[in-house]
Formats: sequence, structure tokens, C-alpha cells
Amino acid sequence: MITQDTNNSTEFPPTSRRDMLRAAGLGGVALLLAGCKAGSTDFFAPEAASLALVTADGIILDFSTDTDVLNYAYALEQLEAAFYIQVVANANFTSTFAANEQRVLIDLRDHEIAHRDFLAAALGSARLPDLTPNFSTVTFEDRTSVLETARTFEDLGVSAYNGAARYLSSTVFLGIAGKIVSVEARHAAAIRDLLAPRTSAFAPNAFDAANTPQFVLNAADPFIAEQITATNT
Amino acid sequence: MTIQSTTILDTLDEDLASRLVSRRDALVKGGVSGATVLTGLRMASVPVALAAMANTAFAQGRLPAAVNAVLNFALVLEYLEAEFYNIGMGTAGLIPTIDREIFGTIQDHENAHVAFLRTTLGRSARPKPTFDFTAGNGSGTGPFADVFSNYATFMAVAQAFEDTGVRAYKGQAPTLQPYKDVLQAALTIHSVEARHASEVRRLRGNFTDVAPNKGWITGDMTDISGTAAVYAGEDNIIHGGVNAVAVTSVSTLAVTEAYDEPLTMKAVLAIVDPFIV
Repeated sequence: MITQDTNNSTEFPPTSRRDMLRAAGLGGVALLLAGCKAGSTDFFAPEAASLALVTADGIILDFSTDTDVLNYAYALEQLEAAFYIQVVANANFTSTFAANEQRVLIDLRDHEIAHRDFLAAALGSARLPDLTPNFSTVTFEDRTSVLETARTFEDLGVSAYNGAARYLSSTVFLGIAGKIVSVEARHAAAIRDLLAPRTSAFAPNAFDAANTPQFVLNAADPFIAEQITATNT
Repeated sequence: MTIQSTTILDTLDEDLASRLVSRRDALVKGGVSGATVLTGLRMASVPVALAAMANTAFAQGRLPAAVNAVLNFALVLEYLEAEFYNIGMGTAGLIPTIDREIFGTIQDHENAHVAFLRTTLGRSARPKPTFDFTAGNGSGTGPFADVFSNYATFMAVAQAFEDTGVRAYKGQAPTLQPYKDVLQAALTIHSVEARHASEVRRLRGNFTDVAPNKGWITGDMTDISGTAAVYAGEDNIIHGGVNAVAVTSVSTLAVTEAYDEPLTMKAVLAIVDPFIV
């Protein structure tokens, strides 16, 4: 069964989070969500408080805390989910992609939504705000544009998890990151093969990249309205 | 070397352990000689920097026992995969021309992984076991008896190896967690194994991308006889105590696809045991 996304994070606000905070008079520094145990969805009961800082200049992720390492993953999963939701929802989706390609893209949409929703639930009130994607460089009616963007996101996701694992203190969180990263790698291989069938493209190197958080955030920056910065890496 | 290899396996039953640490320089079962294997070898460059990084992370180049154990465990699997593809690529008429780039790529990677692990382990690297790719424990007449004469069987065994490899590396991440550089290096192999698995799985389904031949694992489905253990537990939906289905609108099967599951060292060795003489 293919289900439609019901998470309201697909409805992006007309203004960025930064603007919203300013509008709300939070202009300076707002320490989000201190005391995150309140929500019933805080399954992991992550460290005492949310450590994600949202300032007028953006979001600061503190990689000395597992919470913000998970928030980093949550940011990337939000981005991926939003992308594939838009891909599949496009009016020309079925005419743009072959049948098997449609199946792959629908699966990727569902997987990324599952990751996003899981991380949101796990983080509870310690989670980042909903991000504002910017896919203005993508032509959703163009097969190559979509698949090349997907390739970028999937490869970036793999390298992000590979590079962030070292910052996790919790063995449980490391285990979960491990469960997700290999699926991102499966995605990356499939997308790459759609672009270059039956070639070496599905796995261009014997060792995948492990990119630093800031490298990844810089690469993702054009696709996210909010400025996100990594600290303590 | 033997002492350390034995240490790795000291929690396993003696019979299995003795076979895993045995080394026979005789011909590979199935009549393919070591020379043939080498002829087909297309060695990718060894990531010297990575190996050096792992080595320099430890004083005097001596790896902690836990790291040594995990990397030697990984090495067994990489030896298995590398030799499998070396033989497959070296067997005339087995792999259709159109698919040789796929398997040649995987072959290169597995040999590079072997080289990396051997470099990192140095003198602690365990020797290559003798393999029986029919899964016959040396009889050469196991359930995959036609593995190098029937392409469908070859692809099926490849898929089982790759999906097992993903689970094996994943299962060792917690053990490597204190050793950040080694952990990271292992993860960069782990995700490549997942890429291989995705490609082989889709190839087996002729790229129709329908379960159970999607690039990802749907539930614990497998269409390969005798591989239930490879996929056991892949239908898990509880992660870190969170029911991943309950928190999303996505279907249960899609949620199972979205997460790969680890396997313990013991479970992995039980899976590969029939392939080791």
C-alpha cells in the first residue's frame, strides 16, 4: 500500500523559520525546548535538554551531544522526504519516469518519510523545527534533473551518516544510524544505476565518503532556506 | 597470528572455529586453481591513507584486541567475497558480457577491502581460508553446486553474500565505537556493500524493482532457497524502543525496507560456515 504523507512538514510556511522567529519577537537567541521530557514521544529521553540553538543567523547543531547529531540526521531526512514528496506529487510524474523508476522513487519517498517521522518521534520536543526546502534549481518534469538531484542527496546522506557516526556516544543511536545509512546506500546505488544502467556507477569507489558535518551542511545549504552550522566537530 | 585468530573465535564452538582458522593451500574446491583466481584479479588501489590512519591511531601499530577481532572477522567475509567474484569473473561463459562491468566493479571493491584490512591488520591478518562456494563444507556438492556454471545461482549467491556483508559490518559497529577512525573506515566499507547488494538484487529482478527483487529488503522476504537466515529479523520495526510504524503514515512493508538490521558475529559465521572448508 502506498500511503500519502500526512505530516504537516510538507506544508512549508511562506516565510523561513528565521523570519518567523523574528516575527515572533524572538530575534536574539532562543534556546529551543529546554526540558524535553514533556512530550510523550520522547522515547529515547535524549540528554536533558534540546541543544539545538536557533538564532537570528540560523540553527547551530552541537555535535558534542547525541541529540544534535540526531537532529543533523533529521535535517537531512526532512530534506530528502520533502524532495521525493514533491517528485511523486508532480503532475507529470507518470509521464516523466518509466514504471520501474516510479516504483523506485515512490519507495524512496516512503523510506525517507519513515526516517523523518521516526527521528521526529525519537527526538520529541528536542527536535529541530520544520525546515524550509528550496528546490528552485530542480526541474521536476525533467527526469535527469530529478535523478541527478536524487543522486546528490543520496550520496550526501551516505557520506553524512558515515562521517557523523564518530560523534555519537550512545550505542543505541549508533546502531540506528547504521540501520539507516545502508538503506541510503541502497538508494544511491539504485538512482545511480537509473542514470547509468549496468555500469560501475552504482558504486563508484571501493570506499564510500565520510564527510564532515560542515561539508555536508554546506552542500545541502542551497536546498535549505535556514542556515545550519555545526559546532564541536 | 593463529593465537589472535583463535581469540576471535573463542566464543564459537570448537569445530566451527577450527575450520575457520584452518588454511589449506590445496586447489580451491570445484577445480579452479589459485592461479586462475589470480589471473582474473583486477586489483583496485589500496586506500593507503585509510590504512595508515587506522594504524597510526594506535601506538606501536598494535591494534586493540577488540579491533583486531572485528577486522579479522571482516577479513574472512571479504576473502570470501573477493575469491567468489575472482572465480566468477574468471569463468568463461558464466557472466554475460552486459553484466561484466557490474561484477567486475564489485570484484575490484572486494579485493580492495581485503587489501585494506590486511594492510591495517599487518601481521595480525589471518590467512585466507579455503572456500567451497557450493556451500558444501568442502564437498563441492552443496546446495549451490552449479554456482559457477549457472548464472542464476551465481547471482543468488552474490546477493546472499552482499546482504550478509551489510549485516555483518553493521553488527560490529558498536564494538568499534570507541575506535572512531576504525569505525569510520568500517562504515565506508559497510555502505559500499549495501550499494553492491542493491545492484545485485535489482539485477536479479531484471531491474523491474518489484519485491522481493528491489534494491532494499522487503520484510524478511527472500526468493533464494536456503537463505532464510540471511534475512531473518529484517522485518523488525522496533528501533531503539520506538515502533517505527506507529509514528508514520507509511506502510509497514515500506518501513521494513527503510531499515537494515544487524547480525551478530556468531550468526554471520553460522551463515558462511558451509562455504568454509
